[in-house]
Amino acid sequence: MSKVLMKGNEAIAESAIRSGCRHYFGYPITPQTELAAYMAKRMPKINGTFLQAESEIAAINMVYGVAGTGKRVMTSSSSPGISLKQEGISYIAGSDLPCLIVNVQRGGPGLGGIQPSQSDYFQATKGGGHGDYHLIVLAPSSVQEMADLTALGFDLADKYLMPAMLLADGTIGQMMEPVELGEEKAVSTEKKPWAVTGTEMKRKHNIVNSLYLAPDELEKKNFERYEKYKTVEENEARYESFMMEDAEYCVVAFGIAARVSKNAVVAARKEGIKVGLIRPITLWPFPKKAIAEAAGKVKGMLSVELSTGQMIEDIKLAANCAVPVELCCRVGGMIMSPDEVLNSIKKLVGGAGK
Amino acid sequence: MIVFDKPKSLTDAELHYCPGCTHGIIHRLVAEAIDNLGIEGKAIGVAPVGCAVMAYNYFACDMVEAAHGRAPAVATGIKRSLPDNIVFTYQGDGDLASIGMAETVHAATRNENITVIFVNNAIYGMTGGQMAPTSLPGQITQTSPYGRDVKTAGYPVKIAELLSALDGPEFIARVAVNNVKNVNTAKRTIQKAFENQINNKGFSLVEVISSCPTNWGMTPSDALKWIDDNMIPYYPLGVFKDKSAKEETK
Repeated sequence: MSKVLMKGNEAIAESAIRSGCRHYFGYPITPQTELAAYMAKRMPKINGTFLQAESEIAAINMVYGVAGTGKRVMTSSSSPGISLKQEGISYIAGSDLPCLIVNVQRGGPGLGGIQPSQSDYFQATKGGGHGDYHLIVLAPSSVQEMADLTALGFDLADKYLMPAMLLADGTIGQMMEPVELGEEKAVSTEKKPWAVTGTEMKRKHNIVNSLYLAPDELEKKNFERYEKYKTVEENEARYESFMMEDAEYCVVAFGIAARVSKNAVVAARKEGIKVGLIRPITLWPFPKKAIAEAAGKVKGMLSVELSTGQMIEDIKLAANCAVPVELCCRVGGMIMSPDEVLNSIKKLVGGAGK
Repeated sequence: MIVFDKPKSLTDAELHYCPGCTHGIIHRLVAEAIDNLGIEGKAIGVAPVGCAVMAYNYFACDMVEAAHGRAPAVATGIKRSLPDNIVFTYQGDGDLASIGMAETVHAATRNENITVIFVNNAIYGMTGGQMAPTSLPGQITQTSPYGRDVKTAGYPVKIAELLSALDGPEFIARVAVNNVKNVNTAKRTIQKAFENQINNKGFSLVEVISSCPTNWGMTPSDALKWIDDNMIPYYPLGVFKDKSAKEETK
């Protein structure tokens, strides 16, 4: 396969189509507009649905409708729009339906800004809407991963019957890189036993629902889902380990912050600091074991993120007080330079050495 | 010989509605339309949040329970995914005319090929009788204890009139179920709203004026009379928009 030069947002769209997704619902918002534009162009040509909904709320509920019929479906938005989708996401999670939700994050809170951010980490990884639930959260750090993790997101959502979220950021959404796209998958015609497709008078009616008025029934449903989440946590945590073999210090970063951090790690190595990087690819499930193992070997850890410190809480939980965990962050649409990360690494080395 | 039977499109589940509530009649009319048209195997219903929240237990076809007000968006997704199936929503006044107004108006303006059954009883029943977007001026409810004051609470929303002003929708009508004559008209009208979908005509909404004896604080028979005396004068019955009929008469 040859590589093509694509914007991150377009790579998501093309990968979704190649993954057999034929239903897209969205509402305009920066910085993910290229994704919707790509779908608007392509979907009508391949017998698919592109629908610009009246709001993000309507879009996610259209997703809920398609997901209930058992077909691959997606929506995309950016931070303020994702907040609006939370009600629908909770219903989809509560009805155990698969779908893909793309969040090309921008600065917040409120209307915030339109520059890249990672400040929706809490919202994405801790549920987001009301109730006890999780999403599978995938964090691409290159245009290639925008494509790859889109495909993976659909597969995992289908496998575990739960929504998956691609948690990208404005930088990766907007930048262009060469990307190798996967083979085009045939659109699945498999009829899901739980889906609403019409009874054809051959079976009892299927009901897609998240309402359980009897508390014991609702408790049972929640515990069943919790068991499923445990399986996902055991099997699906993904991360990249970079220069960790002999590392005495560990940087943890995802997405665009990991790209910057990699440069800083290489620069620190040149100065004789034995530092490595763990890059979570799944933010939920969080690669707890990898972090815990690293915490057992290194003298200190550094969380590099585009928020005032959200992932650092998960790092600290996984590290379980074994080592100090420090924060290097820029927020509001600003991105740290490799030098800023390098300085934070040096500070960590100085502090942890005392 | 059986002269009166339960429609096939209703399950055997016992309805939870209050005594004298007209939801039961409207459920039956929807089920009869589905039976008559032979579409039970193709029908997919979307239940609202409100008194009819558990309609998914009562209709024998495949059902989805939507978030409050979002049924037309959910139905849009289902219909786009399965264009050969027959998709309907069943919604109350709080659901459709308040929190779901955007979803309602936009599904209508897209002429989404779905059927919408809109039950207007001028009150929030499930939560215990609060003022609805369709509560009448002066109507006493739990949240308008001195009567709906139009100066502060505004005027009731006339959904049929409002939607028929749009270019999009195919068919908009208002019926009532407070006497035999009205029930018969309601039955024909609801069936037409499903026929339109079968014939790919587009968005068809039937507003059904309904009673809520419990929260209106009336006997069931007084409630039916209140519909004649108060509801219908404010919400006149009839067909407000029928695009195809208009074309035929041209």
